[in-house]
Amino acid sequence: MLTHEDVEEILRLLDATPVEQFELETAHFKLTLRRSTTGAGRWTQERQSHGAADMLPASGSDPTASVDAAAPAAAPAAVDAEPAADDGRLEVRAPLVGSFYRAPKPGAAPFVEIGSEVGADSVVAIIETMKLMNSVYAGAAGRVVEICIGDGGFVEQHQVLMRLAPVGA
Amino acid sequence: MKIRRLFIANRGEIALRIIRTAQRLGIETILGASDADLDSVPARLADHCVRIGAAPAAHSYLDLGAVIGAARAVAADALHPGYGFLSENATLARACQAAGIVFVGPDAATLQAVGDKLDARTHAAAAGVPVVPGAAVGTLVECQQQVSGLGYPILIKAVGGGGGRGLRRVDSAAQLAAALALAISEASAGFGDPRVYVERYVTGGRHVEVQLLGDGNNVIHLGTRDCSVQRRYQKLIEEAPAPGLSAALAQRMSDAAVALGRQLRYRGAGTVEFLLDTSRDEFYFLEVNARIQVEHPVTEMTTGVDLVAEQLAIAAGLPLRFAAAEPALRGHALECRINAEDLAYDMRPSPGRVSRAVFPAGHGIRVDTHIEAGASVPPFYDSLLAKIIVHAADRPAAIDRMAAALADCQISGVAVNTALHARILADAGFRRGAVDTGYLQQLLAASAPKPARSATG
Repeated sequence: MLTHEDVEEILRLLDATPVEQFELETAHFKLTLRRSTTGAGRWTQERQSHGAADMLPASGSDPTASVDAAAPAAAPAAVDAEPAADDGRLEVRAPLVGSFYRAPKPGAAPFVEIGSEVGADSVVAIIETMKLMNSVYAGAAGRVVEICIGDGGFVEQHQVLMRLAPVGA
Repeated sequence: MKIRRLFIANRGEIALRIIRTAQRLGIETILGASDADLDSVPARLADHCVRIGAAPAAHSYLDLGAVIGAARAVAADALHPGYGFLSENATLARACQAAGIVFVGPDAATLQAVGDKLDARTHAAAAGVPVVPGAAVGTLVECQQQVSGLGYPILIKAVGGGGGRGLRRVDSAAQLAAALALAISEASAGFGDPRVYVERYVTGGRHVEVQLLGDGNNVIHLGTRDCSVQRRYQKLIEEAPAPGLSAALAQRMSDAAVALGRQLRYRGAGTVEFLLDTSRDEFYFLEVNARIQVEHPVTEMTTGVDLVAEQLAIAAGLPLRFAAAEPALRGHALECRINAEDLAYDMRPSPGRVSRAVFPAGHGIRVDTHIEAGASVPPFYDSLLAKIIVHAADRPAAIDRMAAALADCQISGVAVNTALHARILADAGFRRGAVDTGYLQQLLAASAPKPARSATG
């Protein structure tokens, strides 16, 4: 594997030439160096690794391993494609992909239950993505009539999490 | 003992970083990877790869039994834990010892002493290093009692935390209950330890840290780093040396870090983090990071030392190479963390698949990344995609070099925060140097769009 010192060494040689693009390919990766359009003497790099990982057996007795390994990472739950009902219900959708939690911490009371009345700024759930807890806001005033996802479930961005009936309408 | 077969219990750019040095040293590398990472660049470039579990970190990178089981199954003679995940887990260090595997890090007793942030405060005080006033709290009532003595604003911190996770600033009593609950939740989810403590929030403070290397007898420092450009306590830009410190102050901070390292009989690479109160040139102990850190390359660029190689040498039982003379510091280095974050949506995480990844190259430029065209950015782990590191003769030259390098950085397929870095580098306040940890928030507040709400209706 090349270090940044190796790349600098190659570029020192290329700088003295009219070469615009340089490719170096090994069994494991390809490195492409190109003169940058942003300024004289500047370069960009792109790398592409080849082949598959050389897998060793783990403890050897986990029957789920090969199945899980073959499945795509984070197999997405089907995005809720149900058309918005025409009874005026409002949908609260996931602002981002991640794990859906109904309560601020394990064992705590959920933010909302069926029948809870919420305002636009009410926090109704959290979604944990990339180690951060993100608040989900109701986005509109209403009464919770449906919670579509189980606690801890994995949700895709824009997936419907809850439905609200408008209040005072 | 000589390390011949190294198990890497991590992922992403740091896994690749460790593989690179190990391969240079002729050490065989085996990456332990989750289902989400079996086709990652580090998995392909390691000599071998072994599955450790399902994609969620709790079932793989944080699953101690799975990690040690895999390391044993592949007959590794050493284990490098990287940063985050189980890197500072004393139980893993003990399990390695029991399995006859060298743990590349401090011994279990040191990890225990510094991993519990309250114990670490006690050690710092014993070494004569000042600490910020505060105490452990278990309940809202205890928290309220503590806060009444400290005054707002306060910080809630995870006892088992570190790396800026499980940390929340609270400005008023009205926010306290919700902030405490979220901090406990993040502490449980992130560190498997719900305990938290509160500290007085020092306003106008800078985050300055000192890199240590120790072999259990000798402890030396490799200079200061400044990591004050932060958002949500996540570092964004780091530099070495910390700008604007008098030589005397830099020396006092380095001496304090070394004193704490000696108190701990520290063995391995570690960092002592300080909060520097610039109004009074006083500094307070924050925490010891008993691992390689994300920002270690800026120290490598200014010292010429390969910190991962030193970690491996110390783990193999060799004495510190720099006991006689500490490496001289040369020039100035900057690091920008390129994260999968969407600036249009309050920097929310942006997982997905990278369609193209072009990085800068050239004199004084280093890119540490596991990202290339086709790479997956799973939603299960942190959002760090790449670290652009530059080195130049002085700070203004390093900033100019970084600004030019960022202009040559193009990542498509996921949203990245490159534009934010460019904005900071062009800002007069940053260029003057010595910004505090509130700087970035103020810069963003000056023109930030409102975060988007989630509902459609």
